[in-house]
Order: sequence, then C-alpha cells, then structure tokens
Amino acid sequence: MKHSENKKNWPLWEVFVRSKRGLGHKHVGSLRASDAQMAVENARDVYTRRQEGISIWVVESKNIIASDPGQIDSLFDPASDKPYRHPTFYDVPNEVKNI
Amino acid sequence: MKNMEKDKEDIFNLIIEKDDKIEPKDWMPEKYRHTMIRQISQHAHSEVVGMLPEGNWITRAPSLRRKAALLAKIQDEAGHGLYLYSAAETLGADREELIEELHTGKAKYSSIFNYPTLSWADIGAIGWLVDGAAIMNQVMLCRTSYGPYSRAMVRICKEESFHQRQGFDILLTLCRGTIEQKEMAQDALNRWWYPSLMMFGPKDKDSVHSAYSVQMKIKRLSNDELRQRFVDTTVPQAEYLGIKIPDKNLKFNEKTGHYDFSEPDWNEFYSVINGNGPCNRDRIKVRNQAYENGKWVRDAATAYAEKQILKKIKNETL
Amino acid sequence: MKNFKTEYLLHLADNALILSHRLGEWCGHAPILEQDIALTNITLDILGQARYFYQYAAKSDNKGKSEDYYAFFRNERDFKNLLILEQPNGDWAQTMLRQFLYDNYCLLLYQSLTECSDNQIAAIASKAVKEVKYHYKFSSEWVMRLGDGTEESKKRLENALENLWIYTGEMFEITPYETEMIKLGIAPDPSKLKHKWLENTQNIFKLSNLSIPKTEWFQKGGKTGYHTENLGKILTDLQYMQRSYPNCNW
Repeated sequence: MKHSENKKNWPLWEVFVRSKRGLGHKHVGSLRASDAQMAVENARDVYTRRQEGISIWVVESKNIIASDPGQIDSLFDPASDKPYRHPTFYDVPNEVKNI
Repeated sequence: MKNMEKDKEDIFNLIIEKDDKIEPKDWMPEKYRHTMIRQISQHAHSEVVGMLPEGNWITRAPSLRRKAALLAKIQDEAGHGLYLYSAAETLGADREELIEELHTGKAKYSSIFNYPTLSWADIGAIGWLVDGAAIMNQVMLCRTSYGPYSRAMVRICKEESFHQRQGFDILLTLCRGTIEQKEMAQDALNRWWYPSLMMFGPKDKDSVHSAYSVQMKIKRLSNDELRQRFVDTTVPQAEYLGIKIPDKNLKFNEKTGHYDFSEPDWNEFYSVINGNGPCNRDRIKVRNQAYENGKWVRDAATAYAEKQILKKIKNETL
Repeated sequence: MKNFKTEYLLHLADNALILSHRLGEWCGHAPILEQDIALTNITLDILGQARYFYQYAAKSDNKGKSEDYYAFFRNERDFKNLLILEQPNGDWAQTMLRQFLYDNYCLLLYQSLTECSDNQIAAIASKAVKEVKYHYKFSSEWVMRLGDGTEESKKRLENALENLWIYTGEMFEITPYETEMIKLGIAPDPSKLKHKWLENTQNIFKLSNLSIPKTEWFQKGGKTGYHTENLGKILTDLQYMQRSYPNCNW
C-alpha cells in the first residue's frame, strides 16, 4: 500500500512555547502526534532540547482559525490613516515634563 | 478572471521585489509552490537520510563524550528534517506523500549521503566539510523568500552551529594524535573533499533550477558562488589541521582573490544522483524498513487514541 | 581488599551504559521522526547518568583511570549490568516494555539513592530522578498504547513480555557489594523495592491488557558478571575503537 493511502496518519499539531516567565507563548512549529498528551511530550522533545521553554501549548492544526489573507486590505489597511492613536501624533511643548 | 490572476501575480512579485516574505496562505504562482515544495522536501530528506552515515558510528564512538555529542548531532538532524517537513506541509504537501517519494526514488536528496562512513575520521570529515558546506547554503536560505522555510532555517542554523565545530574538533584531535590517527584524517579528507564540492549542485551553466530560484529569491547566491566561498574558507582550515586537500590545481589566485580549484567529477555526481552511488540502495532500503516497521506502531497509537476518545464520551454520557 | 563502593558504582554505570547502547541503535530507525527524537533524548539522559557514575567510580577506585577506561577496557566478566538491559531491542514493543520494566525499577532505586549517606551518589541520583520520571511516563504510556491499541500491537507486546519477564527477577537479588553498601547506608536493599515495583507494574499492566506471567524461575547473574551472549557482542561493537587503537586521544 502507498504510504499516503493510509488515512490514519497522526494528526498535525501546532506548538507554542513560553521561553521564560513574563513572556507570552510563541508559535515555534508543528509536529505529528496520536493524541494531545503525546503532542505535548513530542513538543517537549522536539522544540525544547536546548532549554528553549518552560511551558508548552499544543493545538490541533485543524482547530486554528486564521484571518483571510485575501482580505488584508479591508482588515488591516483601515488602521493606517489613524495616526491619532499614536503618541507621536501630539506635540507637547518642551517645557511640559512627564507626559 | 484573467485580470484577477494578473493582479495577484503583481502583488506576489511586489512582495518578492520588496524582499518581504511570502506566507502560507498568500496567493503564489504554481511554479513557485512546486519549486518550494521540491526544494524543502529534498532538504528534509537530506537531513533524515543524513542521519544514517553518522548513525553508523554511534555504537562505536571512541569515547563517551564523543558518543553523546554524536547522538545529539544526529538527533538535531531528525529535528531539522521535522521542521522542514512541517514547512513543506504549509504549502499543502503531505509528509507521508513526500516520504513516499523518497522511498520510491522519485524524490532526490543530497548525493553526499550515498557515500559510506568507513572510519571514525569520517565523522569528523562530515561535520567539518559536509556540515560546513550545508551551513553556507543554509545561512543563505535564512533569507529565502518563503516565510516558514526561512524561519525553519533560522532555527536550524542556530542549532547547527555546534555541528561543524564538533567535526573540526574530532579531526584536530586526530591530527594531533598518532601517525595512524593522522592518516585516518587524511584518508577521510581524500574521500570526502570532492563529494563535498558536489553538494552545491551542478555548475551554474548546467543547473536546471538555479536561475529561477535566484530570481524568486528562494536562493540568494548561485551554486558556483557558494562553492567558491566554501573552498576559500576551507583551505586555511585544512592547512591548520596539517592535512592536504587532494587537488594538485588548488592555488590562491592573486588576481581574483580566490582559490582556483579542480572541478569534481560531474559524471560521478550525476551517476550518484541517479541512484548509482556506493550506498544509495542501502540508504533507501533502511529508510523504507524503518517506515514499514513503524507502521503497526503508528496504527496502534491511533487506535488507542480513538478508544480513549470513545471512553471519554461514554463516561461523560453516563 | 575489594572496593565494594567502586563495584556498586560500576554496577549503576554499566546499567546505564548498556541500556544507552541499545537505545542508541534505534537512532535513525524509529517509527516516526518525533519518536526518534524523543528516544534519543532518553538515550542521552541515560548515557549522561553512565558518565556521572563512571566518573565517580574512577574517583572511588583511585587508580587514576578515566570514565572511558571503565567503559572501554573492561571485559565481559567485569560488567555488572542487569541482563534485561543487554537484551536485543527487538521491535518497538520489546524496547518500550524493557524500558518500562527498567524505568519502574530505576526510579525506585534512584529515589532511594537521593537519601543515601554518600553525598555524591545522592547528588547524581537527584539529577537522574528528574530524567527517569519522564522516561517512566514515556515508556508506561507506550506500553498502554500498544496493549490497548490494535490486535497486532497487543500480540507483539505479549511476545515481548514473554521474552523479557525472566530477566526482571535479577533486579531484586542482593549481591555481595550491595550487602556492604546497605550496611553503610548507601544502597537500599533491592529486595525491598520489589513490592512497590510489582504494584506499579500491575497498575500499568491492567491498563494495557497484560497480566504478570506465572513464571517462578528468573535468570540472574548480570550483576555479578555472568551474562547472556548478547553482552559480548555489544562490547565488541562498543569497545572497537579503543581496543584497536589503544593509548590514543579521541
């Protein structure tokens, strides 16, 4: 039988690692595992061999919901003409301190 | 409809031009997608097949310290294979299908791993030369235009930095050792030098994929440029070791500022690529066996996972 | 006079070295890349343990030898590892079951060594306990997966149990060097680990559709240097370089 005809391949999981306290979990890659427990262990063995982490999240790849890259314009461009959300938009006289 | 395709292609080209990264869900030309899958999966196969020649010396490593380092290095290669298969999967490829292409001989992998490791010095030579050559390629690929590939390469380069050093260190120890040890090192260099030069691929004028890859910023330097860079950095290292690169024409060229060197035997290169190297059949057979022998294990884990889910549902409904 | 502490340390080191040798044979050949990487992590932990124990044995032996001397220049009859650890890898079921049976024992042993009267051994054991806890989790999960997986995996696991069970009794036998170590408050009495070991084994077996074989007879001898024929072949491989080129640096 061809390898690819085996539909029982282990599912794909996305791995997120917190590298140290105070930081968020960051996506580091993906891997295969037969269940969630194994996914955490495989993530530990694959992605933290050099002490890269102190906490791991895994989520089955099929459960990730992503924004549509075709809608980049309508999703993200509207924020570009609103400089008043940034502190540099406002001039503060030099004499005024601590603002 | 045609116009929309054209718009998408313009956006794609603009991203490449601006040196930005292409990400998995972006529109991309089929040729780019295929080139990327082909290159990433070949790279992944090379990592995984590359575990075998070095694996040949795990049980025979001459000291416990060397054994630990060798295991860790080979393990990294498994990891790198995994990162790369994952990157290929973001393009819609399926790991099992890619592995199947390897096992049926449809997919290529680096020809270097079809040479046998005949002495402990070969482990040094692989680290120094083969990883040295791979690093040249990989450092360049950190800037490749496809995001997931580039990120995988950044991680790989970080991890690989010890690989070349451990190889050089093995050879340095041999070269400072007994006559027999030094001879072992020289013999390894004699056998691995030209196969290492071949690792950068055919000459630019003969390379089928090179031009497109450079244009699309998949590769940032040509095969010949990388090969020259490799020779230039390796020659002084061999001098330091006190062993001789097996090339009578090797000489520093004052005019170009580079070393002149002999071409490897390209007939041998194509012959090995096409399946007729000393170890091609064994390497594929061993990979196939590992995969086939592992099938019942993977199936058992799947069956167990399914049963656990059913049990959980049953418990919740009770 | 015999140096019992050195012998005991060599027993601990040999266990770890021989097992790591066997596990190292899997590298590049495991059922899937993820498990290849996982198993090599375990191999490296155990090889590390071997080195710590050899280094301390060298100190205790006080003959100016290195860790490598004890690994590469002793003969079959000098090795004191458990027989179960030199058994061939067989298939994944046999390797995982061997690992589980040993991890279960090793965890109890090391936990007890963390409280021993020898500070150096206690320190090595404290570090190793963390590693072995993970190994135990890993191997017991695999035993459960295979036992409650498919018909084939169940059959293979049962077959592995038949091959390996007779080598488990040796873990709880007391050798002369252990008797001395017990007196000094260094080693625990291994026979006292048996009860807890059996209990753990039964718990995991229950979840794996396995039952403890009824065998009364156990093969022993590894701890005092009387091995199966496997060890000679392992040493031929393991010691090849050092024996072929003695007195070299590597």
